[in-house]
Amino acid sequence: MAHATTLTMPAPTSEAALARALRSFALLRESWVGMTGAGIILFWVAVALLAHWIAPFGPNATLVPWQKPLAAFAGNSVVPPGRFWLGTDHLGRDILSRIIWGSRTVLTYAPLATLCAYTVGSIMGLAAGYLRGWVDDVLSRIADIILSFPVLVLYVIIIATFGASPLNIIFAITFASGPGIMRIVRGLTLDLRSREYVAAAETRGDSPWRIMLVEILPNARGPVIVDACLRLGYVTITIGVLGFLGLGLPPPNPDWGGMINEARSMALAFPHMTLFPCIAISSLILGFNLLADGLREISLRD
Amino acid sequence: MNAGARTMPLPFDESAPVLEIKDLNVSYSTRAGEIPAVIDFSLTVQKGESVGLVGESGCGKSTVALAIMQHMGRNGAIKSGSIRFKGVELTKLRQEELRQLRGSKISMIYQEPFAALNPSLTLGRQLMEVPIVHEGVGASEARARAIRVLGDVRLPDPERVMAAYPHQISGGQQQRVVIAMALLSNPALLLLDEPTTALDVTVEAGITKLIANISEQYGTSQIYISHNLGLIREVCDRVFVMYSGEVVEEGTIQSLFTRPKHPYTHGLFGCIPLPSADKNAAPLKPIRGQLPLPHERPRGCNFGPRCDFFQAGRCDAADIPMTPITGDGATPDHRARCTRWSEIDFGATDARGHAKDPMAIGDTVLEVQRMRKYYEVMDRSLAAIISGKRVRYIKANESLDFDARRGETVAIVGESGCGKSTFAKVLIGLETATAGEVRHDGQNVAQTPVRGRSSTQISSLQMVFQNPFDTLNPSHSVGAQIARVIKKFGVETSKAKIRERVFALLDTVKLPREFYYRRPRQLSGGQKQRVGIARAFAGNPSMVIADEPVSSLDVSVAAAVTELLTDIQRRHQTTLLFISHDLSVVRYLADRIVVMYLGQIMERGTTQQVFSPPYHPYTEALLSAVPIADPQVVKREIVLEGNLPSVLNPPKGCPFTTRCPRKVGRICDDERPPVQMAAEGHAIACHIPLGVLREVEPVIAVRRTEARLTRPQRG
Repeated sequence: MAHATTLTMPAPTSEAALARALRSFALLRESWVGMTGAGIILFWVAVALLAHWIAPFGPNATLVPWQKPLAAFAGNSVVPPGRFWLGTDHLGRDILSRIIWGSRTVLTYAPLATLCAYTVGSIMGLAAGYLRGWVDDVLSRIADIILSFPVLVLYVIIIATFGASPLNIIFAITFASGPGIMRIVRGLTLDLRSREYVAAAETRGDSPWRIMLVEILPNARGPVIVDACLRLGYVTITIGVLGFLGLGLPPPNPDWGGMINEARSMALAFPHMTLFPCIAISSLILGFNLLADGLREISLRD
Repeated sequence: MNAGARTMPLPFDESAPVLEIKDLNVSYSTRAGEIPAVIDFSLTVQKGESVGLVGESGCGKSTVALAIMQHMGRNGAIKSGSIRFKGVELTKLRQEELRQLRGSKISMIYQEPFAALNPSLTLGRQLMEVPIVHEGVGASEARARAIRVLGDVRLPDPERVMAAYPHQISGGQQQRVVIAMALLSNPALLLLDEPTTALDVTVEAGITKLIANISEQYGTSQIYISHNLGLIREVCDRVFVMYSGEVVEEGTIQSLFTRPKHPYTHGLFGCIPLPSADKNAAPLKPIRGQLPLPHERPRGCNFGPRCDFFQAGRCDAADIPMTPITGDGATPDHRARCTRWSEIDFGATDARGHAKDPMAIGDTVLEVQRMRKYYEVMDRSLAAIISGKRVRYIKANESLDFDARRGETVAIVGESGCGKSTFAKVLIGLETATAGEVRHDGQNVAQTPVRGRSSTQISSLQMVFQNPFDTLNPSHSVGAQIARVIKKFGVETSKAKIRERVFALLDTVKLPREFYYRRPRQLSGGQKQRVGIARAFAGNPSMVIADEPVSSLDVSVAAAVTELLTDIQRRHQTTLLFISHDLSVVRYLADRIVVMYLGQIMERGTTQQVFSPPYHPYTEALLSAVPIADPQVVKREIVLEGNLPSVLNPPKGCPFTTRCPRKVGRICDDERPPVQMAAEGHAIACHIPLGVLREVEPVIAVRRTEARLTRPQRG
């Protein structure tokens, strides 16, 4: 036993995990598409985090209505003077400030809703793909039924029934996109369950849930992460659409979709009121899509 | 349509050699920089000659073939050297000139026949396309030629094959069609890249014989690429042994196989379970170390760090040229890339490892009695619904009877679909038996799935899996995966103790302890398989099932893993159930052998009994099919005709009746053969009387006038 004395091993610490994360990031740097996407997303995350300091006015402060972009603001007894860089809306609220504060809404609820949808969808997909049999039949048929409804109709039904609140938005998104995620995870699971390491876990008597969560799920993460990025984009659109339909967060919360909805009847006379929130939504979605493309490119190259 | 006519015909010189490669260097550019894949490669192939390229994976043998085809992908490039085909320099040809050549003058046959055929076109259309595109002949002439060639590759009923789609014929037939397609344009040169590796042994034997006859019949030159020295010996005139991008030794089959001069070639022979090897008296001697990574090749001799005859200052001084071997009956074209070849006396060292004591055989650990496993298949066709026979059975295992004792190695041998893996699944509890008993340590586990078994039952029966790239979970570290087993079976409970035990297991399988923190993708195939073995033995099992544990490993790695497995087995007194299709490994490892065919046991007995007459006719054919890399061994040739019957519709009588060369008559088709006891523990299921079977000559005879490789004789 020559090795018996050499027990001084570098223990696996959080440093190793950090090193792995950095390595993944270094890989992403090789794809300029992915880097552009990551840049856009990081920009909006920074905006959301720093909203308190960088927004020139409060999101709901009613100052001077109908102002064009770049108009100067003389100030009043409460609010110091400044400039409406992107103009104001019909209630005199600064559009730039509302976009900045509104980024918090979308960047909180989009990831949260996606995470919920993934949790539910993954568990269903793992169970259907690994257990097969009647579990698969039941779950797959449920998914088929949900997917046979137009998505928009589902949202309207759920939110009209339960009311517009952050929790219900998350619930609606989970309900509508869970089945799609389930199908992806189920497909990956069907492939992974025939691997010999799964058979090895079965032959040592591991429980089905342990096999699904510890042996199978980590190996499905590649395609799942790519899909999650794309789906974050869709959910961003969804939150915008819900806001536009008046099913989003109740006013006066700053919400990009809601801003477009409120200003849409005035879009011809005052295009800036709809244009800038639209650009904000599009840029964030573009960011998620580019990141997803970049991640896919890297995963294919390896 | 006729692409060839638009360009000028190439100026072939019929008197020049078919292929002449001089000082070829091929490199691939990767993220890590430029990697030389083939270095300083020279080869000449004359008309009608067949040349073998042999080596382990990553040695550059396939790159040579791709370089000849000028088809190396985007990141491969020929750095220097020349490739001349009948005097025409291939490296300077334009794409359309190459197209004129590929598939017509030079054809290539790949490993996977199914991937080489288009599944959505009939075989006839795919075959006819070759002469239509290359020579612009009419459809009727193309058809006539296709049918003629299909006859030449001995496919029965060519008309039917022409109308069939690829999935409608068997794997062996598919490979025959691929060969026919390659021969259709009457190429001057045929490149075969592991053409039989994906096929069963008995099918392989047929294809090999066919390929060997082609050069006689068509005058085609061949370059045969394989990792299997035995195959190369049977089909080639000359052989090139490659190692790490270079040819290390070349020569005629007779000269090189009788007197290998390069230490690597010599080492390879020590790794193959030749008939003379024996796990106790003359064990395999693996080559130590590992193949160097292409960008980490040592200075001087690439084999230096693994060589027993390495001399610092001489072997690592400069690049080593090929030197002709002289004397001792060597043919003039026998050359080796070794500076010390004339000094090395292989006779002074053992080609085989040190002899070990035979294992003590203990009590019965496993008893299988009339075990049966049927799979139900629902037939959803209209005819089945009308006739009411909707459920059909796949008889994966039919009435298995055998046992295994403590410390013993029992091998289950058979070709794909014979039910050997199904039996392993029932034994380990992934499937349950339909009927019968499987007693392990006295308890019947046949109908108990793994979740219904007690922890001790599970831990005492573990498995080593086949595919090294699949056996470990890529998401978890090596240490965690071994530790999981220890924790699960409660061998140790405290965290520190578990870690200590994992380290001890890593020591046992001869892996460094640093591997605890490694991810599986950082390991080579052989190392992964060692971790798989460590995992199987972590719970101190009394019996281990090994399902083809070395079949996808390279020769030298497989030898090391095989030796490791027997060493651990010896130490733990474990019963090993070894499942394999490879009779040479089985002969080497097993104490007793069970030969299976279509779910039934054809013959069982000790290794000695199974390998000598009386044989079951199937065993006889299997023995004859295994290629042996020893020119001193004479084999009786038995090529099986016909196809493996479908498991859904097996013959009513003896399962082997459709292919049996010794078929007696109607009785074979209609009645189950009786199990005849040829000797104590030697059972043969056959209608032919034992007396007749005893008269059969041995399949393998050793004509040994001189000891080729010094090794102790079998006791």
